[in-house]
Order: sequence, then structure tokens, then C-alpha cells
Amino acid sequence: MTSATASTASGVVNGFDESRRTAPHVTIRGLSKRYPDAVIYDAFDFDIPRGKLISVFGPNGCGKSTLINMIAGLVPADAGEVLFDGRPLSRVKFGYVFQNYREALFPWLPAFDNIVYPLKLMGVPKAERRLRVERLVAHLGVKIDLALYPYYLSGGQQQLVSIMRALIVEPEILFLDEPFSALDYEMTLFMREQLQRVFMETKTTTVLVSHDLEEAVYLSDYVLLLSRHPARVVEFVPYDAPRPRTDKTMTEPSFIATKAHCLKLFQREVRRG
Amino acid sequence: MTGPKQIARALLPLVGVAMLLAVWTLVNGLNLVDPVLLPSPAATFRTLWEGMTSGKLGVDFVKTVVRTISSTAIAAVIAIPLGILLGSSEKLYRSVEFLIDFFRSTPASAMFPLFLVLFGVGDRTKISVAAFGAGLVILFNVAYGVMNARKTRLLAAKVMGASRTRVLFDVMLLESLPQTFVGLRNGVSLALVIIVVAEMFIGSTDGLGQRVFEAQQLFDMPGMYAAIFAAGALGYALNLLFLLIERRFVHWAGR
Repeated sequence: MTSATASTASGVVNGFDESRRTAPHVTIRGLSKRYPDAVIYDAFDFDIPRGKLISVFGPNGCGKSTLINMIAGLVPADAGEVLFDGRPLSRVKFGYVFQNYREALFPWLPAFDNIVYPLKLMGVPKAERRLRVERLVAHLGVKIDLALYPYYLSGGQQQLVSIMRALIVEPEILFLDEPFSALDYEMTLFMREQLQRVFMETKTTTVLVSHDLEEAVYLSDYVLLLSRHPARVVEFVPYDAPRPRTDKTMTEPSFIATKAHCLKLFQREVRRG
Repeated sequence: MTGPKQIARALLPLVGVAMLLAVWTLVNGLNLVDPVLLPSPAATFRTLWEGMTSGKLGVDFVKTVVRTISSTAIAAVIAIPLGILLGSSEKLYRSVEFLIDFFRSTPASAMFPLFLVLFGVGDRTKISVAAFGAGLVILFNVAYGVMNARKTRLLAAKVMGASRTRVLFDVMLLESLPQTFVGLRNGVSLALVIIVVAEMFIGSTDGLGQRVFEAQQLFDMPGMYAAIFAAGALGYALNLLFLLIERRFVHWAGR
């Protein structure tokens, strides 16, 4: 824990008094979203805890992605307010990882230039950009030739580049929209470990949309279970197995019990529709 | 890697050429067609070679190249920025879409008289008609390239904090490049067609079109075939040139 990312994580905390250390990071109030055929959110309230990894899970079409897209400003909300420690999104550094890495990366730039693109937008000088990438690479133990164009990289490597592009700004919150669902199983397992490592190293508040319950429980401190639309919080299920979690974690009674509990609630929601 | 199989594969495109030459030689040798109408391949290619190296054909070839490239360049300089502008706002494009499609569908040759009135008899008329035709093709392709930029890529730039202008220059412009090159290739082909036709019929004294026409009038059949082959080679070379430029600058296309 000697890197800049770690110091930033503590730096965020240093700015506030003790009571705020445990205060929620993101407060969502009265969020509403209506599509022509359905009301997806109706006055939705929720608090995202600080420095935790939470997974959003729920029935198909309940608005899992819409939720993080509204929080991250990709999709405008019809009504409501999202505040990050009381500040609006425009004053927050955040990272966002898309499901479709092929379309999210810029194929005309080598991997390195893809990663530093947000720094370029922020006007960070070239030398510092290089330094930051080197630090991030060392931090994550990445073994990719970053001089290559994305189309020369495997799917997993491309998604790893996307994640690095999201992390390079040292975000205070990281959003991932089904980041592994376009990868094969072997790569998915590998990328879960990478994400867990990122989280353990940076302790960045992370919101992961997942369609895989096993993955959701395995990676998270909390699973946010949503109902059919209009989405409500069915339950905010804690899971506090120590990290690093391994294959063995998934055979432990607490994992199995948590997963079974989530599955029961999920199936009840599915049947309700 | 360069076994006999690979070499055979590389030579495959030449099979058609060899077949054409064989049939041509046969037809010519057996006198199946009046030799005045169809000279032998040898005579034709000798005329082509002599014309290109020392005769008037080479001069005409260069004239046509200069006209085609100038008209394509003028078309590109006007149509690419305009296409980006139109493509960046779907509303704007839809409002002029009918006009673009209408004039794109109008045979450019039908515009000759109008341009003759505007620019008189000379290079300016030929080049401007060709630029008009090529410009619409390029405009349409650039605008569609910009409009069809991947939504995720635009969102990714936006979510990283890129301004509208940055999104336009860093993402939309590059996203539209493959389609822009499709437009440029189609545009230069169309420009060549228009230039050659214009050279035939708009009081020209030089150019490949004029050469073909004159050779036909003088019943100089080897000269006519030679000029036709020169025009074919020019069209093929221009297309190839743009493909090579495209591969160099749009290395990511189709990957």
C-alpha cells in the first residue's frame, strides 16, 4: 500500500471528520425514470456505502444498468437527485467500465493512449501521464504490451485496458456495467481476480452490475437486490467473507447460504411478475 | 510460407488475364472478326506502349489524371467538412437529405449544359461537373460515417469528461474515417467517368476521352483500344491508391 492510489483513498477520508468516515458515499433521493412502455424508477431512494464493493442484481429489464447510468450521468433521470458527499456529479472524478469493451475503447489509439485519454482531457502533462500508467501497471501486476492497438489484444486484455482507463484518474467511485459478460468463462474467472485485486489495492467505492449471482456474491461486500420495475430495494444483503476470496470461499457455508438467500428473493421477484 | 501452393494462389488473378489474351489471340489469328475492328493483342499493346512513352497518349493520360485528381480534391475539400457538419446533427442532415439524394441520383452528365453556361468551354466546366458529382458522393458518405459513430464510444468519451468539440474531433471524426474513404474511392471513380465523358463531348483537344473518341473517328483501332486500356489502368490505379492510403490511415477498419 505505497502507491498513489492508496494515498488518494486515504486522502478522501482525511478531508472529512470521523462521523463522515462512515457516512454514505452516494445518496440517491427520489430518482424517477419512465420509458415509453414502463416506469423503471419511481421515487427511488438509496445510499451507497463508502469504500465498499456493491453488486446490483435483479430480474431482467428491472433497470440495473439504468441505475448506474443515471448515477454516472449517461442517462438523464426524469426526477430526483444524486449527490456524492453532497456534491453533484460534475465535481466528482469517477470511472465507468462498459460491457462492450470493443466499442468502448478507441481502436485508433494504442492501449497506452487509450488509458491516458482521460488524463489528456484533464490537461495532465505528458511525463506525469507516463508515470501514472507505470504506477498503475505495477500496482495491478498487468502484463500487457501497452504499445499494441486494442484489436491485437484478447477480450480480457481489452477489458483490463478499459478498467485501467477508468482507474487512471484515481476515481473516488468506479462503475462497472456487466464488465465480464462478453468474455469466455476462463477469462471471466481471471478478470474477477483482477477486479478483486483492484478493489483490495484501492478501496475505491465500486458499483458492479452483474447478471451472474455467483459473481455478484463472490465479489461484493453487499448485494443490492432490485425488484421488477418500478424497481425497489428488495434487500441489501451483506456478505463479509475476508479478502482475498478464492475458489475455496465459494464452498464455504456462509457463501452458499448468502447465495441461496439471494436466489430465493430473486425467484420470488421473478415469479411475482 | 512460400511453398508452391502459396505461389499458385498469388498467381490466381492472372488466370483470367491469360484466358482473355488467349481468346483474343485465337479470335484474331482465325480471322473470326474483321482485323480492322479487332487488332491483335501485340499490335494493341505496342501502340499502348509507344503512345504512353513517346506519343500523344501519355500527354492525354496526364491531362486526365490531373483533371480527375483536381476535381476529387476540390470535392473532398468542400464535402468532408460539410459532411461532418451535417452528420454531427441528425436534424440538420434530415433537413437536406432529400436534396442530397436527389442530386446524387441525377446523372452528372445531365448537368453538362448547365455548367457549360456557367463556366464556358474548358477545363473549369469538366472539373466542376466532376467535382459536383464526386462531392455529393463524398458528402453523403462522410455524413453517414459521422451519424453512425458507435454510441458507446461517444458515451465513453463523454463520461470521461470530453466536451462536445473534443468528442467531435477525438471520436466522431475518426469513427467516420472508414466511411469517408468509401466515399473518396467512389468519388474518384465517378470523377474519372465524368471527366472522360466530358473530354469526349465538350469540345476537348486533349485527355483520354478525347483520344478514344478521335481514334474511333479516324478508324485507328489499335489507338482506340490502347486509350481504353490506359483509361482502365488509370481507374484501377486510382482505386488502388486510395485503398493503400486507407489501409495506412484507417488501420483499425474491419478489426
